[in-house]
Amino acid sequence: MSQPVVKLRDIRKTYRSGDLEVHAVRGISLDIQPGEFVAIMGASGSGKSTLMNTLGCLDRPTGGTYYLDGVDVSSLDREARADLRNQKLGFVFQGFNLLARTSALENVELPMLYAPKRAGAAEMKRRALAALAIVGLAERSDHFPSQLSGGQQQRVAIARALVNEPRLLLADEPTGNLDSRTSIEVMGVFQRLNEQGITLVMVTHELDVANYCKRILVVRDGLVVRDEPVQNRSIAFAELAKLHSAESAAKLNAGIKP
Amino acid sequence: MRLLSTTIIALRALRRNKLRSMLTALGIIIGVAAVIAMVGIGNGAKSQVEAQVASLGRNVVTVFPGSFNAGGMRGGWGSTSTLTIEDTDAIVREVNGVVAVSPEVRDRNQILANGLNWNTQVNGESTDYLSIRAWDLSDGAMFTETDVKGATKVCVIGSTVVKQLFPDTDPLGQTLRIRNIPFRVLGVLESKGFNFFGSDQDDTVIVPYTTHMRRINRRTTVSTILIEAASSEEMQSVQDDVTALLQQRRGGREPDFTVRNQLELAQTATATTRVMTSLLGAIAGVSLLVGGIGIMNIMLVSVTERTREIGIRLAIGAHDGDIRVQFLIEAMVLSSLGGIIGVILGIGISQTLANLNGWPVLVSTNSILMAVGFSALVGVVFGFYPAHKAAQLDPIEALRFE
Repeated sequence: MSQPVVKLRDIRKTYRSGDLEVHAVRGISLDIQPGEFVAIMGASGSGKSTLMNTLGCLDRPTGGTYYLDGVDVSSLDREARADLRNQKLGFVFQGFNLLARTSALENVELPMLYAPKRAGAAEMKRRALAALAIVGLAERSDHFPSQLSGGQQQRVAIARALVNEPRLLLADEPTGNLDSRTSIEVMGVFQRLNEQGITLVMVTHELDVANYCKRILVVRDGLVVRDEPVQNRSIAFAELAKLHSAESAAKLNAGIKP
Repeated sequence: MRLLSTTIIALRALRRNKLRSMLTALGIIIGVAAVIAMVGIGNGAKSQVEAQVASLGRNVVTVFPGSFNAGGMRGGWGSTSTLTIEDTDAIVREVNGVVAVSPEVRDRNQILANGLNWNTQVNGESTDYLSIRAWDLSDGAMFTETDVKGATKVCVIGSTVVKQLFPDTDPLGQTLRIRNIPFRVLGVLESKGFNFFGSDQDDTVIVPYTTHMRRINRRTTVSTILIEAASSEEMQSVQDDVTALLQQRRGGREPDFTVRNQLELAQTATATTRVMTSLLGAIAGVSLLVGGIGIMNIMLVSVTERTREIGIRLAIGAHDGDIRVQFLIEAMVLSSLGGIIGVILGIGISQTLANLNGWPVLVSTNSILMAVGFSALVGVVFGFYPAHKAAQLDPIEALRFE
C-alpha cells in the first residue's frame, strides 16, 4: 500500500481559558489513503472543527504527530505551514469565502499568487481557466461572486481549491449554505473529482450528505467513536435524475388539478 | 517575485473599492495641493516684495540727516538738514567700494506745463541717480555732468507727470515750469509703479541737484545722500566707512545722521512674507497630517472589515509578511497617488489664483518634492500599524469573523 496522505498519531488539542482546560481532541489516530473520500460527522463541540483545523494546518495540536503526505507538520513554523497549505491543501468553506467584487478568474488565481514559485501571468490564467472548466464554469470566469448563484459560487471556491493541484481537498460544511438540489450538484462535483483520484475530507452534520462519501468518521467528545465505510452510497447524478422526474411528476399533477 | 505578486494583490484590492480608495486619497490630495498652493502664494508674495525692494535700487546705502537738538528738545530723524555737498564729495573721495553717489534734494512743488498744473515730487539728483535706482529712460536722455556743473534748467520726468501734464503731446523738448522757472524736458523715465510704502514712484520730476539748490529751493544742505555700493557684499563695509567718515567730519559731536543699507530694508520687508509663508505652509502641513490620519483610519476600518478576506488569504497560503506588505503597499499607493494628483491640483490652483487675482504665485520644485516625499512617508507611517494589525490575525479566528 502506498504512503497515506494523512497520518495522525495520538493527536491531542487542549485549550486553556483561565484555569479551565478544555480537551477538544483527546488522542485521535487516523490514516487516510490516497483516493479516499471521508466525511467527518459530529455534533457541535464534538471536536470535529478542531480536527479539521488540525488537518488543514491552520492549528497546531498540543500533542501527537501529524504527517501530511509524509511530512511531519507538527514541528513546522507559521510560514512553512502557510506554504504547505498553499501547495498540498485545498480549502472549501461553508460560506464560499470568495473575494467580493473580484472576478471568478481572479479568485481562482489567488492561491497561485501566494505560491512559493509564482507562474507567469499567462500560465496563471491558463491554469485558472482549466480549474474553472473542471467545475463547469469556464464561460463565467469574468463574473463577480454577486452575479453567481450559491452553487456556482461554491464551484468557483472548489476551482480555487484545486488550482494548485493539492494532495488533499478539505471541505468544511460545503453544502451548509445551499439548498438540497444545489447540495447534490456540489456533491456531484466532489464525486467526480474523487473519481479522478483526488483525496477529499469533508465535515458535515447531515447524514444524507455524508452518504455521498466513501467513509464516515463520527467524532464525539474529542474521540473517533465510529469509523466505517458507507453502505448504500448515494450517487449524485442518479439522485439528480430522480429529483428531476419527481419534479416533472409534481408539475403534471399540478396540471391535472382543477 | 513575491513582492510583485503582493503588489498585484494590493492593486486589485484597491481597484475593488474604487470609491473608497479615491475618498481616502482625497485627504492627501487636498493636503498636498494645499501645501503647494499655499507655499506658492507665499513665495510669490515674497518675490514681489523682493522685486519692490529691488526697485528702490541696486545695493543702495542711504545717509539720512539727523535730529535737531535745540535747548534739550530733540526732533526725530530727518527733522533737520545736516548733510552737505561737502559730505558727498568726501564720500566720493574717501570711501572704497562706492560706484555712484547722488546727493538728493527733495521738495514738493506745483508745476505747470501745457496749460495744466500738477503738484508733484521735485528731486534734485546727480547724474548717477538712474544707475543707483536701477532706473532706465523710456525716451530721451538724462541730464549730463555739464548740466550739473552749470545748474542748467533741465529735467527728466516720470510717467505719471507725463500723463498729467502732457496727455496728448510728446513731452520731449517741452517746457515745464517749477516755481515759475522754465525747465526743458530732456527725458521720460520708465514706469516703476508704486513702491511698497504705497507712493507712486512715477509721480516725480528729476532736476540736477545744483539747479534745485540754487534756483528752486535756495538751500545749502541736501535731504539725503544715495550711495551705490559695488556689490551687495560691500554694502556693509560702505555703510561702516561712511558712518566713520561722517562721524570724523563732525569732530566728536553727537551724530546728526544715520546710515542705512538696502539689505536691512529688504530683510524687514521680507520678514513679514517669510512669516506668512511659514504660516501658510504650516496650516497646509496640518491638513496633510490630517490626510495621513485619514488613511490610517480607513486602513484600520479596512482591516476590520476585511478580516474574513485576510483569513481566506492566510488559509490559502499567504505569509504574515505578504499580508503586512499588501496593506502597506495599499496605504503607500493611496498616499503617493494622492500626492501626485495633489501636485497637479496644487499647480492648477496656484495658476488659477494667479490668473484670477493677479497675485504672483511661485511653485517651487522644492515644495513639490517635499509634498510628494512627505505624502509617501505618510503612507508608510500611517499604513504600518494597520498592516501590522492585519498580519497578526489568526487564520481560524479571521475565517470565523462575521
